[in-house]
Amino acid sequence: MLDGHRPLHLLYAQTDVKTLLRMSGISKSFPGVNALRKVDFDLVPGEVHALVGENGAGKSTLIKILAGVYRADEGEIWLKGRRIASTDPRAMIDAGVSVIYQELTLVPYLSVAENIFLGREPRRAGLLIDWKAMRAEVERLLQPFKLSLDPFAKVYSLGPAYQQVVEIAKALSLKADIIVMDEPTAPLTGSEVDRLFEIIRNLKSSGVSVAYISHRLEELHEVADRVTILRDGERIITAPLSSLTIDDIIRCMVGRRLTEQYPKASNPSQDEALRVEGLSKRGVCSDISFRVKRGEILGFAGLVGAGRTEIMQLIYGYRRKDAGRIFVKGKEVRIRNTRDAVKHGIALIPEERKKHGLILGLSVRDNSALTIFDLHTRAGLIQWGEIGKLVRQMVSSLGIRTPSLAQTVRNLSGGNQQKVVLSKWFVRRCDVYIFDEPTRGIDVGAKVEIYKLMESLAAGGAGIIMVSSELLEVMNVPHRIAVVYDGRIVKEFGRGEATQEQVMSYALGFGEKAAS
Amino acid sequence: MKIDIRHILRSYGILIAFVLIIIAMAILSPVFLTVTNVMNIIRQSSIYGIMAIGMTFVILTAGIDLSVGSILGIAGAIAAGSVKSGLGLGLTILIALAIGLGCGLLNGAIITLGRITPFVVTLGMMSIARGLTLIYTKGYPISSFHEAFRFIGGGDLISIPFPIIVFIFTTALAWVILTQTRLGRYTYAIGGNEETVKLSGINADLYKTIVYMISGITSAISALILTSRLNSAQPVAGQGYELDVIAAVVIGGTSLMGGRGSVWGTLIGALLIGVINNGMNLLGISPYFQLVVKGVIIIGAVLLDRLRQETV
Repeated sequence: MLDGHRPLHLLYAQTDVKTLLRMSGISKSFPGVNALRKVDFDLVPGEVHALVGENGAGKSTLIKILAGVYRADEGEIWLKGRRIASTDPRAMIDAGVSVIYQELTLVPYLSVAENIFLGREPRRAGLLIDWKAMRAEVERLLQPFKLSLDPFAKVYSLGPAYQQVVEIAKALSLKADIIVMDEPTAPLTGSEVDRLFEIIRNLKSSGVSVAYISHRLEELHEVADRVTILRDGERIITAPLSSLTIDDIIRCMVGRRLTEQYPKASNPSQDEALRVEGLSKRGVCSDISFRVKRGEILGFAGLVGAGRTEIMQLIYGYRRKDAGRIFVKGKEVRIRNTRDAVKHGIALIPEERKKHGLILGLSVRDNSALTIFDLHTRAGLIQWGEIGKLVRQMVSSLGIRTPSLAQTVRNLSGGNQQKVVLSKWFVRRCDVYIFDEPTRGIDVGAKVEIYKLMESLAAGGAGIIMVSSELLEVMNVPHRIAVVYDGRIVKEFGRGEATQEQVMSYALGFGEKAAS
Repeated sequence: MKIDIRHILRSYGILIAFVLIIIAMAILSPVFLTVTNVMNIIRQSSIYGIMAIGMTFVILTAGIDLSVGSILGIAGAIAAGSVKSGLGLGLTILIALAIGLGCGLLNGAIITLGRITPFVVTLGMMSIARGLTLIYTKGYPISSFHEAFRFIGGGDLISIPFPIIVFIFTTALAWVILTQTRLGRYTYAIGGNEETVKLSGINADLYKTIVYMISGITSAISALILTSRLNSAQPVAGQGYELDVIAAVVIGGTSLMGGRGSVWGTLIGALLIGVINNGMNLLGISPYFQLVVKGVIIIGAVLLDRLRQETV
């Protein structure tokens, strides 16, 4: 129905309304990645404008530029008819732009009132805080929300729905004309969502505009007027929500050409490397069951927050599960902690390599050998000769670019750091390798190298799991793909059996919705 | 060939400072560089120096042990009691070391299992061990030991005071452990990034507990030396030692945030403190002022460490 490459002409409900916000031609790049390319985004007073796109499409970059956290490389921002020159968060807040991030920025141990007035507490006699005035003002602010909330309740004692209300009240207290909400319904349930939409409708009628970022496409029609869809840093379309179906939206989000080279798939054997049955943990996942054969790569697709990382951490013993059985090479194993996992041949290459994969202050040698010191110790003394040989082998076969084994890992580039993390596990010859976002923040050349490494591990008889939020990657490297939504595996595909739209559709929780 | 001043300062800063201070002291006081005086310095430094070697392990894991002075107290008191009640030298030494290990084990277990910060746990242990010492000694010193026991603190081996030999041997042994064993590599790793270590399938809790036991045992060794040398176990022995011990480690270049440092640096740090203490005594500087100087040096050393980090 729609050709996703030509933006529709903008249709306003009222054509004489003055634009509140206009961002035009915004471009921003970071080392190695073009986050935004000439993106336009605008708001009229009293509208809710949804911003939709995959992970990495550029939504949060755009928002951070609006919030003054980043400075755009190109483009202009016009607010209430005036061009905004400086970009710092303070200036944007003063200009009436408030952002409510997904990770709420409240101080948990302070009260509602103190959070709302943080840094601007009303004073008596210039020095003392005027608690009475604060209470009165907070009660006034909370009135339209129609809930009972003690202004001096500590924020940590409130549920996420109320914490959100506090954030919104704070924005209103700062006289915001524009409130940006990043995935506001993510932590909410049923009636809380309805209440939030009611609040948003109230905001609209008082002239406040909302930029609304969300993956929950089915909710958008209840609250949003227009929608802008981003993909790979470009604006694909801006249109009234009523003119697009969910299928249209999904198609705009994902339609792209396959330009990268992916390695040819080798044939997996019939033997099992890993089998998981009934893995569950309250609040994280329910009844996760799957198997990975030796020589096979199983991809885990899904949106950020679907629970894939947590599932892998449960398998690996890093967190305790409520229920579930794990079988390595057909034999059931008990995994109570990471040591058990490693002992039974499971390796986890974590999502955040600097925080969880490396010891930045130590050398390449120490990092790479961390998992094998116990295998190369005689009479209590480490056999540095053997270790050195193995690490050198790893460095050369993985193509790690480092001046020496003694080089501090902190000084290596991202791609090389990731390879050091990999070497730590490859050197141990595990049976199951779990990769969590293995190519995040890595340039294209290094990505292909890592795919080849995964292939060679599989060819060597290991079972590989690849968690990835990059749609193309997760659809083309693994032999099979499991799509996770809200802590459950909702679908499994073989390579080439599904379109991007179908995978995205399942990832968004729609099941069979998207037509092929 | 360009000489990179910054690199030299960074790697050998402490050594250079050490040498400079020795030269300064030698100039200021003719007595300084005599054999007797030098032996005195090293022997004095040995007591908290050995404890500082154990403390180095703890600080490398980004922990801290405030109870070392009190462990010294209780180990010394019970050792003294054992000698007086006729238990042999070997058994006495074993008992003292066991007490050091036991206190360290308690520290480590509570820190890892209770997931309580080391500062708080060892602060509590500091008080507990001191209290137990006072109870055991009923507040009185235990004195007058036989020849064999007095050798530990007062004897010479090939005319080098025994404590010095123990100090150097302990440092060398610690160096071997830190560079050539798993315990050593894991110690650095845990201080560098404990999460990564746990995620790599290593039992971080076990190794953390072991380093507190190492700190405990070095306190016990120092207890034996001190008690033997003074020929008496004082109920308040070791009180306040943690200051000098931690100072030695920090001055020696080990970062309080863990993951970086060496025992040879600690050795130099301990000797540096000894030299400064001794030098100020020789120059007749008031002991009160000495405390001020020591504090300034500690802060200065940590500042230097921070500057070193920034230029990395």
